[in-house]
Amino acid sequence: MASLKTSKDVQSVSGITVRLAGDSGDGMQLLGTQLTNTSALAGNDVATFPDFPAEIRAPRGTRAGVSGFQVQFASEEIFTPGDTLDALVVMNPAAMVTNLDDLRHGGILIANEDGFNEKEFKLAKVESNPLDANVLEETYRIIKVPMTKLTREAVSEFGLGTKVADRCKNFFAMGLVYWLFGRSLDPTLRFIQAKFSKKPDIAAANEAALRAGWAFGETTEAFGESYQVEAAELKPGTYRNIMGNQALAWGLIAASKVSNKDLFYGTYPITPASDILHELTKYKHFGVKTFQAEDEIAAVCSTIGAAFGGSMAVTASSGPGIALKAEGMGLGMILELPMIIINVQRGGPSTGLPTKTEQSDLLQGMYGRNGEAPLPVLAPRSPADCFDIAVEAWRLAVECMVPVMILSDGYIANGSEPCKIPTMSGINPINISHPEGTEDSAPFMPYGRNEHLARPWAIPGTPGLMHRVGGLEKEDGSGNVSYDPANHQHMTNMRAAKVAKIADRIPKQDISGPATGDVLVVSWGGTYGACHTAASRCRADGHSVSHAHLRYLNPMPSNIGELLRSFKKVIVAELNSGQLRLLLRAEYLVDCIGVNKVQGKPFTVTELVSAIEQQSDAAKGDSRLKAS
Amino acid sequence: MSTLPVLKPADFASDQDVRWCPGCGDYSILAQMKKVLPELGFPREKTVFISGIGCSSRFPYYMNTYGMHSIHGRAPAFATGLKTTRPELMVWVITGDGDALSIGGNHFIHALRRNLDINIVLFNNRIYGLTKGQYSPTSVEGQVTKSTPMGSIDHPLSPLSVALAAEATFVARSIDAHVKHLGETLKRAASHKGASLVEVYQNCNVFNDGAMAYAQERKQRADNVVELEHGKPLVFANGTKGIRLVGTHLEIVNTSEVPADDLLIHDEKDPNPSIHMMMARMSYPAMPEPIGVLRAVEGIPTYDDQINDQVATATEAKGAGDLDALFSSGDTWTVE
Ligand SMILES: Cc1ncc(C[n+]2csc(CCOP(=O)(O)OP(=O)(O)O)c2C)c(N)n1
Ligand code: SF4
Ligand SMILES: [Mg+2]
Repeated sequence: MASLKTSKDVQSVSGITVRLAGDSGDGMQLLGTQLTNTSALAGNDVATFPDFPAEIRAPRGTRAGVSGFQVQFASEEIFTPGDTLDALVVMNPAAMVTNLDDLRHGGILIANEDGFNEKEFKLAKVESNPLDANVLEETYRIIKVPMTKLTREAVSEFGLGTKVADRCKNFFAMGLVYWLFGRSLDPTLRFIQAKFSKKPDIAAANEAALRAGWAFGETTEAFGESYQVEAAELKPGTYRNIMGNQALAWGLIAASKVSNKDLFYGTYPITPASDILHELTKYKHFGVKTFQAEDEIAAVCSTIGAAFGGSMAVTASSGPGIALKAEGMGLGMILELPMIIINVQRGGPSTGLPTKTEQSDLLQGMYGRNGEAPLPVLAPRSPADCFDIAVEAWRLAVECMVPVMILSDGYIANGSEPCKIPTMSGINPINISHPEGTEDSAPFMPYGRNEHLARPWAIPGTPGLMHRVGGLEKEDGSGNVSYDPANHQHMTNMRAAKVAKIADRIPKQDISGPATGDVLVVSWGGTYGACHTAASRCRADGHSVSHAHLRYLNPMPSNIGELLRSFKKVIVAELNSGQLRLLLRAEYLVDCIGVNKVQGKPFTVTELVSAIEQQSDAAKGDSRLKAS
Repeated sequence: MSTLPVLKPADFASDQDVRWCPGCGDYSILAQMKKVLPELGFPREKTVFISGIGCSSRFPYYMNTYGMHSIHGRAPAFATGLKTTRPELMVWVITGDGDALSIGGNHFIHALRRNLDINIVLFNNRIYGLTKGQYSPTSVEGQVTKSTPMGSIDHPLSPLSVALAAEATFVARSIDAHVKHLGETLKRAASHKGASLVEVYQNCNVFNDGAMAYAQERKQRADNVVELEHGKPLVFANGTKGIRLVGTHLEIVNTSEVPADDLLIHDEKDPNPSIHMMMARMSYPAMPEPIGVLRAVEGIPTYDDQINDQVATATEAKGAGDLDALFSSGDTWTVE
């Protein structure tokens, strides 16, 4: 397929941030994913932020039912989906009024004119047509397009009913957006062919709508020029686009292969973790067994059962389900069996904001079990990083015979980014040995320990090593039930030391920027991109700012204390009310300033920049004080 | 071919001291289990006991096999993870009436309806033993316990009815004191392919002594218990009384007064659980209570077989998965 070429002027820009917003049923998520993939294939760096309501079919036309997809694509390396929008596509009034604030002055607003009528105004609870507001013309470039009408015309030859025909209008919008940003139609045409292979008339109609959208851009007088974003200078290699949950699933399978284990995944559906199940269950031919349990308690317990049997066992959920797993996790810890527990965090408390992102389960992950039950806790920093974190979690789990918790979040899980395609030969093997026994071997010590304080992983079926494990406190070595006070103290210390010692074996915390200075920004999890971008921007503006992003939260790398003490001000930025800050202050006795947000939304770079600038100025003020 | 060593009951005893109260019915169940396992000729190291929490759930500590004393009510869920990943193991779940029917009701139902190939032994003493004597879901109405000083107002639940409602493929009941029957019933449960439930009437002589004496005591048993046998009529009271199906309910008749073929003939293999359910609902004192195998339906696929079959089928159809190929599937691009 020869790519279409515009005959209008093309203006080259370094990056574009677009948001596509419409009703939940308008297919905005599909449009967004297609634009993302197409842009990645064009060699741009991309970052995405899908944002949708928790209801599957939220009341049509209402503000609550608006579904949005934001993507930034750029010719330079980017780490966030962008703060303010260069362009906003809205399919109805509700989408317009809920998103317009994020459009930058002078930005392009493309509206589906046909979606703006009295009925829709009522549903969106607006008095009059928001497109008629006087200020609009002065502030934005508005392009009204009768998308529904034009789509119907474009697909008329296929004789589809109006309802079906109207469903093609997201492809019309897509075509127009592709024209505006000089994108090739080819990847989406391939997608349409594959997706609707069994419904050729629908495939043809969607293709016609896509092409009509492109042609509209080319012919309408509303657009004098289109925009072009050149390929980014990524490191040489073969790339693909990957979503967080997908990367996590693939990382788990990779870990199972390099450790020569079959993967067992026990879970109960919950947003935003379910996609890991949907992904893993496709890969039974990789030896993956998925078990959709009756609840999260059964999910974690089945995982422990599989771990006892010698499998690589994993369970995942989100906050409410992790709360249910608490007792099971404590058992996994005291049994000293390896497994992975994943929390894809969402807005809390309780059912909270299921489809929104937040980092408010850090303390739950660290301490959310009865008794003293420390677990290693890791957090991926981006969608692609989920792959590496999954492998690392399994490595630590088997090395220490302990359940390892991964804290992902909704932003990472649903977000996507281009990544260099991993290779199996690039992953270090994980060596696991199960002790052998014979009928007459010496009494087996199921709680004997190696240099990492890990106990042997003897599995049922091994002659001579029959033993019983359980949740009652056990005597070190023999594993027999023990109520001895000194033994309980010893075991509690031992289990804590086992986790703490991991700090000796993980990499030292790296930082971007100088090792000492005015301000250190500390972050963890999905806020990496925004914090990294904000710190770099401030540094470029002459501030003395560095950034440390933690992937290991328990234990933390051994040089954290020293790092914190090397800066005049420490900012801890997180999407909660200060949980990492609490841990850092308690552990290192360093004052930390919280930058916190609990709105179910990621940080914008702008809000972080202003927080950094404020502390940078304060740090300078402090030193002037000291000097005088 | 090597022959398996012949094991004795003592070979199945662990080195741990048994800590149930003297006279507790749990001892008898432990003794029968140790007696039956060698008869099955299954390797010890491939045998696993998983329990929840309760007096009864201490059981795994006393068996020289693999074992896990887990958390309250969840033993079937642990067993699910173990059995699906290690189908060659023989997995027993040991549970109590509180463990299986209160906190663990959910897992109990789901393990049974999935027909996971495990054996669940439910020690029913109609009381919470370990927590010192509160009423349980099987305690009778009006029962005075520590937590029901004016008598229990809960309607009791029958584990057999619950299991049948979940269409469990093997459902049986036995009695701690009826040792021969108990041993035979455990053996049958072990040889059933699919989920088996054995409810055992177990005397808690400390907190609920004699609650099931009508069935446990040899003298009373004949009048109050029907020993089920496949293909045989339901008779009790030394053959003087029998059970007849009239319309949709069961009634007691004097065997001398009705023709022999009027009596209900037990069919444990009937795929339809309706009559098994009627039997499960026979309860003292209005009716004698059935013991033995109520239901044993073979040939239903087990969950563990099916989950493994899907892996095998997928591997056969697609070939063993190639991760490098997966990683580079779909749209990719190369930066020079
Ligand atoms: C989560 C949890 N809740 C409560 C308990 C306390 N508890 C232990 S055993 C038990 C009841 C056991 O009754 P049953 O299952 O009938 O066993 P029995 O002791 O009678 O054999 C309770 C409530 C517990 N261990 N864990
Ligand atoms: S309390 Fe009852 S059930 Fe528990 S050990 Fe004692 S007698 Fe047995
Ligand atoms: Mg009980």
